[in-house]
Amino acid sequence: MILRKPSVLIFLSALALVTIVTTLMAQAGLVSTSFVKLLGKTLCLAIAALAMDLVWGFTGILSLGHFAFFGIGGYAIGMWLMWDRTENIVMPSLTGGPLPPTPFQIEEAIGTQIFGVVGSSDVPWLWSLAGSLPLQLAAAVLVPGLIALIFGWLAFRSRVTGVYLSILTQAGTLALSLWLFQNDSGLRGNNGLSGLQNIPGLRDVAQSVVSLWFLWASAIALALAYLIAAWTVSGRFGSVLRGIRDDEARVRFLGYEVEHYKLAVFTGTAMVTGLAGALYYPQAGIVNPAEIAPIASIYLAVWVAIGGRGRLYGAVIGAAVVSLASSWFTGGGAPAINLGFYVIKWTDWWLVLLGFSFVLVTLFAPKGLGGLVDLWTGRRARGIGPLGPDQGSLRGKEEVA
Amino acid sequence: MTIPTERPAMTFARLLRCFLTCVCLALPAAAQDAGVQVLLQTYSDQIAKPSRQTIQPVLDALTSSGIPTMPDFLEAWADKRVVQRDADGAFFYGKREGDTWVLQSVEDGADAGTAARRDVSELKPNAGVRRLIATALVQFQLNDPDPARRLAALDSLSRSPSAKLLGPLRASIEAEDVPAIRARKIALDRLIAVQFGTDVETRLAAIDWMSDQLSLEARAALNRLLATELIVGSPPENANVARVLSVGKDISQTDALALLAAADILPPDVSRADRDAALIAAIADEHVAGTPVATLNTEAARWTAYETLAIAGQAPPRPAQNAVATLLERNPITEIYDEPDPILTAAAAAALAEVEARVARAQAFDLALDALSLASIYFLAAIGLAITFGVMGVINMAHGEFIMMGAYTGYVVQQIIPDKTLSLMVALPLAFAVAAAAGVALERLVIRHLAHRPLETLLATFGISVALQQIVKNVFGTQAVPLTSPDWLAGAWVLNDVVGISYIRIGIFMLATMFLALLVYILRRTRLGLEVRAVTQNPGMAASLGIDPDRVGMATFALGSGIAGVAGVAIGLFAQVTSEMGAGYIVQSFMTVVVGGVGSVFGTLAGAGLIGGLQKGIEWLNPSNTLAAQTYMILFIILFIQFRPRGIVAQKGRFAQ
Amino acid sequence: MTMTRLTTLTLLPMLASLPAAAQQVDCPIKVGVLHSLSGTMAISETTLKDTVEMLVSQQNEKGGLLGCDVEAVVVDPASDWPLFAEKARELLTVEKVDVIFGSWTSVSRKSVLPVLEELNGLMFYPVQYEGEESSRNVFYTGAAPNQQAIPAVDYFLEELGVERFALLGTDYVYPRTTNNILEAYLKSKGIAEEDIFINYTPFGHSDWATIVGDVVEMSEDGRQVGVISTINGDANIGFYKELAAAEVSADDIPVVAFSVGEEELSGLDTSNLEGHLAAWNYFMTADTPENAAFIKGWRDFIGDDSRVTNDPMEAHYIGFNMWVNAVEDAGTTDVDAVREAMYGQTFPNLTGGVAEMLPNNHLTKPVLIGEIRADGQFDIISQTEPVPGDAWTDYLTESAKLKSDWPGLGCGMYNTETESCVQIQSNY
Repeated sequence: MILRKPSVLIFLSALALVTIVTTLMAQAGLVSTSFVKLLGKTLCLAIAALAMDLVWGFTGILSLGHFAFFGIGGYAIGMWLMWDRTENIVMPSLTGGPLPPTPFQIEEAIGTQIFGVVGSSDVPWLWSLAGSLPLQLAAAVLVPGLIALIFGWLAFRSRVTGVYLSILTQAGTLALSLWLFQNDSGLRGNNGLSGLQNIPGLRDVAQSVVSLWFLWASAIALALAYLIAAWTVSGRFGSVLRGIRDDEARVRFLGYEVEHYKLAVFTGTAMVTGLAGALYYPQAGIVNPAEIAPIASIYLAVWVAIGGRGRLYGAVIGAAVVSLASSWFTGGGAPAINLGFYVIKWTDWWLVLLGFSFVLVTLFAPKGLGGLVDLWTGRRARGIGPLGPDQGSLRGKEEVA
Repeated sequence: MTIPTERPAMTFARLLRCFLTCVCLALPAAAQDAGVQVLLQTYSDQIAKPSRQTIQPVLDALTSSGIPTMPDFLEAWADKRVVQRDADGAFFYGKREGDTWVLQSVEDGADAGTAARRDVSELKPNAGVRRLIATALVQFQLNDPDPARRLAALDSLSRSPSAKLLGPLRASIEAEDVPAIRARKIALDRLIAVQFGTDVETRLAAIDWMSDQLSLEARAALNRLLATELIVGSPPENANVARVLSVGKDISQTDALALLAAADILPPDVSRADRDAALIAAIADEHVAGTPVATLNTEAARWTAYETLAIAGQAPPRPAQNAVATLLERNPITEIYDEPDPILTAAAAAALAEVEARVARAQAFDLALDALSLASIYFLAAIGLAITFGVMGVINMAHGEFIMMGAYTGYVVQQIIPDKTLSLMVALPLAFAVAAAAGVALERLVIRHLAHRPLETLLATFGISVALQQIVKNVFGTQAVPLTSPDWLAGAWVLNDVVGISYIRIGIFMLATMFLALLVYILRRTRLGLEVRAVTQNPGMAASLGIDPDRVGMATFALGSGIAGVAGVAIGLFAQVTSEMGAGYIVQSFMTVVVGGVGSVFGTLAGAGLIGGLQKGIEWLNPSNTLAAQTYMILFIILFIQFRPRGIVAQKGRFAQ
Repeated sequence: MTMTRLTTLTLLPMLASLPAAAQQVDCPIKVGVLHSLSGTMAISETTLKDTVEMLVSQQNEKGGLLGCDVEAVVVDPASDWPLFAEKARELLTVEKVDVIFGSWTSVSRKSVLPVLEELNGLMFYPVQYEGEESSRNVFYTGAAPNQQAIPAVDYFLEELGVERFALLGTDYVYPRTTNNILEAYLKSKGIAEEDIFINYTPFGHSDWATIVGDVVEMSEDGRQVGVISTINGDANIGFYKELAAAEVSADDIPVVAFSVGEEELSGLDTSNLEGHLAAWNYFMTADTPENAAFIKGWRDFIGDDSRVTNDPMEAHYIGFNMWVNAVEDAGTTDVDAVREAMYGQTFPNLTGGVAEMLPNNHLTKPVLIGEIRADGQFDIISQTEPVPGDAWTDYLTESAKLKSDWPGLGCGMYNTETESCVQIQSNY
């Protein structure tokens, strides 16, 4: 049913096309492994942007903490990657000794290897499940879900909305990143988990091949996420969400349990974001607290806004365009502009451009790049009305006052 | 040309040095008449490359030489004003002028010609040596006509008190005419007497005097007197026993065992590595002491196998864990005072307890001051945000960048006006103006067009913030820039050795108080304030009464941003000025506003107080990890807001929740 | 020569590429520069990017290398650690650079390591770091802990008679590991645990009043207190301002810093900091003709007569010149051949003496201790003979038994007790 919607169909075909073309070009040696990795990572970011769009674009909750869930997913999978890889390293020298290794010895050896860099060899309790891939994968989804559930339940129950909620989520993200920054937290502090691109068991497979596998996995995950998102926003559930965005108080008066809807969306998107993170970081190679810094979550919102919130493909376009452009500009790919008295180097001025283009988009093109699609099709896409006031419940208060 | 002539000269100089050294060693008395240079040559190597551990005999020899200009030399040496000519090893006072050194004789300061830059080496005694030199100089300086030198001598005496100088110090008290220095001399006399005095009465009196003190010096003297030594086994006769350590309370079991092992009472604990080595050594035919090697894959199995080995005498036995208690009973671990007189140590312990109770109170007060200071910084950083948020209901993410702009304004002004006081006087209003102008521009160009879209305002101002940070980086460079406080703001207000706070922080506190008063006045007593309050409470009604909400919004924005600019100068005076400094304050500022209650000046004050106090409190609980303090503070605030979403001072109004 | 190459090839079969001599040198020779030009680390790293550009242009003035022009390929990893890995991959696979000069923070190095080892790249890392690492593909031209931290602590113990230590650091890997090593070292020197106060603060920390107060309080028992600071970057400014405000002079409580150099002091009024210390392998005040020429070259290149030089810049200077000499010796830019030629390379330090590349990919370096002067420069008050860099510290039990010897053992983490190679590839 969902597949019959033209936008979904077009999106899925485009995604498939990009993936297949990239694969073929990579096989032919026309694009580099870094590009394949970049594309794969971008697709994962697009999943996070989709989730953000559901939360913000459709439900009106501006969460400035969703990227934290992305990072948690990365940490969860990173723990397994590091543990297993290290186990493979230490086992030969342990079993090669005259005595068979004891479990304590193995743990100690792995601990020294992983935490030696931060000057400790004790294995923190957080790592007790790190040896198991299924459990860590589950953690990548469930931990973000649980955090979102508790946080959301507390916040929505107290009717914290609007900018207050944004700031609260931002503060929570800051607290998490500060906590991770501490070496005592047991996740290697500022260094984070690194070398994640070396997948245990695939050590002999070249990165050029592994990167393609991850590209496909990311593409499939994005396709699934898109289908789920499209299905979510298409039915009655989606209408309620949009209702909450446009006027939370009225939806509540109509008898809907607004809090439950919000909590469901908040938690569900957190879980999806966590999974996207688990796919992203093995491609990025390293996850550390800086990834979770509040600014990363704000960037997530920026992508959605630039791409056009309130439409799913907008989020994907935004994530793709901004992260690819960022890579192009900071990579020195963009030619410098010589003004005669001053040379504009894009490595220096890219952030200025991004900052201002973001302001311009907000001011003059609130529908973002997705708005271009409207111009092209010459009509308003069905189901997307005016964005409406985003302070919903605030206005309700004003009327009361 | 020059090389052949130089060589014999150098050899000759070496010979001369050698000769002089021999003469001096043979006839030490002759040194007195021979002058400074000759004496210095005796110790040429030690003086050229001094080390704290070896220089003392040299200093003793120099000071006891009785040469009247020797103190001058020592002072110059400590001030790094002495050079050594490479050619002949002679010492001179030297002054660098471009690529040449102007030399002066060490005998009388007479002109001794010049030398090229690379022909002499500067003497750079390190701080440890300099301290010894200063101590050696004390005896000459205690009666120096210059009060500053007398004070310096007392400072170095207090840093390294010695029994030898007690006599000269006492002798100098009588003639001292500056009351402050005299008091200091008397205090020092007591401090040294406590430790090195010979008769018990004086020492007791000094201890008694110290029990009223709070100073680090007094505590140091008492602590030195109470220095202890750890002894295993029964203490010797007449020992002044401080206490017997009880295992588990004063000393951990492991440490006690290690001490017993070190005293050969117990066999040392067998480490896992030792155990494994013993097991490996005993492997025979795939078995260790009858156990198959393959089964030694748990820790417990390995220990059991080791026990077997130990019983068989093939490995050293492990210490018997159950015998530890009886062994400890037989061999108590005691702390013995170095000071043999129990009367003195008892008095000192009592005095120290009294002092420490006072210190604890002073520390609490000091912590409160720190918290107050932090709170005033947060208040200054957040108050601008609070009023714009209150009036217009928008979050300005670029607020931190206004702080940063203020600080950079201060920097630029300081580049133009070198006088620190004047530049600060100019910088404060200018920073206000610059930030206010930027605020008005932001309001007119961006925020006004996003009316009723607070979330988008938040994101748009974030874009501005990113751009501003990067622009500043591109213009001023990525390096932190200096913003220096004037001399009268340097230093600290020191109540005693525990309580002290820097003048800059006091200045910031006063600035915060001033802006608090100003804001309260504006809001309560002026037309603008009336309008601001009207708009805050009900913009629609206010507009229909003829108030122009746009104008009010702009004025509020100018005021709020301007205060942020001033805060930037203030913060820059005590911390770093970088393009990212604003970002470091933004989340804290938001939380201050939200915790305090939106749109209320006093709410922000309460929020800043709560956050500042909380942070210092958590830091005090866990002083070794400041990061943890910040984490827990944020978590607390998140929880706080869940239960009191309107903040401490809840206000009814348009955007109040 | 042939013998060593043969052994290496048999030891590291996976590296066996074409023999070096057969390889044609592609002009121009490309030098990758992987330093952040934006973000938090731009403060320190931009200078290093300029340094490499200067060295490259000086090399070209001398007539290039192997008859080719040398070209610097600059990318901006933007202080974003994953981006370091991505940019390194790009440099090696797309730009096909022959060598990379880059990284500052440990985390960025750890991020690049797997890429370097996978693609067999070569990187010169110019910053003092915490040790406990020796990758085949990285030459560490900065100081290992035994070339900076340990001598500085010895100076505290022996020359200043310090008996109580405050180890203040920013909460990240370098201070953590350095402080761990120092704690073990101090204990081995008979300093009791309660006489060592350790504190960690976040990056950019600005509220130092309480911590400075705590340190001052330590001197209450009458023993000399010293501060060992691994505080990073901007946070130093607030720290030193607070020290000055609290009127803590270097005579009362000396502070030795491992991350404060000329560059950091230029953001600060140093008149109140006179006498506090820093330990490095280079100070701008070193009075040698080489240093004078280096400073002049730097100021001419950057066009600013007030710019200072610092320790990591010297590290790049030595590293770059050693690499140039190794390329000339090998007659090719092939990574394996150049690496072989690197071992035993010597090059004069800017502070006098000669640096030598050791089999563990570290340099010999003299340790200098400087006292801060009122003009923001350092008075060199102690300079040791060159100390060989130790990849695995001797003061932590776990790593005391490890050693690194690439040309001899073909292993960067060799357990001398079990006499086995723990790992050939790093575990990041």
